Amino acid sequence: MDKVTEPVLLKKGAEASLFLVDWHDKKVVMKKRLPKKYRHPKLDEEIRTYRTTHEPELMHEAKKAGVATPTIFLVDVKNSTIIMQFIEGNQIKQLLGNVSKMERETLCLKIGELIGRLHEYGLVHGDLTTSNMILDAEGNIFFVDFGLGEKTNELEAKGVDLHLMKRALQSTHFQFAEECFSAVMRGYSKISGGTGMKNVLDKIREIERRGRYIAERRKE
Amino acid sequence: MMLKTMKKKRADDSYCLGIESTADDFGIGICTFEGEALANVISAYVPEEGGIHPREAARHHAEVADKVLEEAFAESRIRPRQLSVIAFSQGPGLGPCLRTGATIARALASYLGIPLVGVNHSVAHIEIGKLATGAKDPLTLYVSGGNTMVAAFDSGRYRVFGETLDIALGNCLDVFAREAGLKQKRGLSFGAALEKLAADGGTLIRLPYTVKGMDMSLSGLLTASVSLLKKGKYKLEYLCYSLQENAFSMVTEVTERALAHTEKKEVLLTGGVAANKRLQSMIQEIAGEHDSKFSVVPREFALDNGAMIAWTGVLAYTHGVVTPIDESFVKLRWRLEKVDVSWIK
Repeated sequence: MDKVTEPVLLKKGAEASLFLVDWHDKKVVMKKRLPKKYRHPKLDEEIRTYRTTHEPELMHEAKKAGVATPTIFLVDVKNSTIIMQFIEGNQIKQLLGNVSKMERETLCLKIGELIGRLHEYGLVHGDLTTSNMILDAEGNIFFVDFGLGEKTNELEAKGVDLHLMKRALQSTHFQFAEECFSAVMRGYSKISGGTGMKNVLDKIREIERRGRYIAERRKE
Repeated sequence: MMLKTMKKKRADDSYCLGIESTADDFGIGICTFEGEALANVISAYVPEEGGIHPREAARHHAEVADKVLEEAFAESRIRPRQLSVIAFSQGPGLGPCLRTGATIARALASYLGIPLVGVNHSVAHIEIGKLATGAKDPLTLYVSGGNTMVAAFDSGRYRVFGETLDIALGNCLDVFAREAGLKQKRGLSFGAALEKLAADGGTLIRLPYTVKGMDMSLSGLLTASVSLLKKGKYKLEYLCYSLQENAFSMVTEVTERALAHTEKKEVLLTGGVAANKRLQSMIQEIAGEHDSKFSVVPREFALDNGAMIAWTGVLAYTHGVVTPIDESFVKLRWRLEKVDVSWIK
């Protein structure tokens, strides 16, 4: 790997640590998947290697689908490290509670549209939370963190993807989870069409019923 | 059968009796309003073979109820007339089992002329963990035969950050143990038998690892493990070890994700599977990694028990919650995040 200067820890995530570094006179993000001591070394290495190679590939595919993602500069599989573009902006997680109802709706519509584009193209993100979406100064929303994503056209995978989005809204933005998710789905339908949206909503319901102790499972 | 006695009673105390009957365990606990468990008696229904049959389990509960009740009173050394309130697990759980406990609770409350409080079973697992360990505002991993979830308190309720998309962790381990012909004995669960075997097996076999955001899926792992078991190619110890390693790594990964997300400073491990030493070491590791304090519920409060219902009943009752008899119907799928938690400010 080329020389980097004094890494500044941006975020210590669960899976990886993000550092802001100067790299060839550019501010870039270095994402390092550090070994997890709790996991068996063999399992740990398999997981880190898979995600490190897989993530850049999916980020590249997402661009083709019309979803903005940071540009990848370098992948170092041996050290489970990815160097990518630094997006200056705010996490949607920080924004949702601090904007007007209308702005919130606009953001969620846009997010839904982006998810729709990924799904139409045959990609699922795998970890749709508002922490993994960044709004830059020009008003573009970037999706990050594709380590759990997949190339698939299966309705099941798309349903789980949106179910995760819904759950993230319910746990973190419970004050307006419903209005947000409804806007996400309206945005989604702009891309997938009414039938596409209905199919995936039916799937979400099926997934929720499969889980433990869901009130709608059956009438008591 | 007798699991826990703490300090002897004080004359001026108020007492709550709690009844637990969501699944295969029937338990009665008696707590003081200050949070001392004076009695915690459990009688487990052990099926001859196969899994829990809800009606058989309910029949067991009805049969042992008076004996368990008697034992709880003897152990606590208080008389029924000294009780201030009756709590019972109102859900979630198996219908026939829940109804048996609820019926006994209603009968006791009416006979003694004292209030009834319906308690959410998942909330009770978290509250007893907090009481027993001193944790104040933890991120909780609650793992049992029926539940696998990561939750934390925020604005009046416990919010669920992650959970299983299909089967519970304890269920996954139990079904595999049963398929492998392991025996469940009194005092030794399937999980404990599996843990013992896994401790000897150091060869990791490749099995599915399915994490989706903060959720996980365990059914694929179970199916693959059982199918390898049937082929007979690998030693049972290796399979137990690999199943545990994969399943526990998955729940640990989602717990760490939720921890990074919520930035809570405490992590609590609770529920029946919390007794597993390997799982404890994994969760302890990630808690340390994020400068959070790790605690695990003591063994006697890990499994389904009456003391946790009694204690949660105290919390609810002292914060104005009572359940009128005509609203005391059981709630089979009462989700954790639907419960108003009035006792946390």
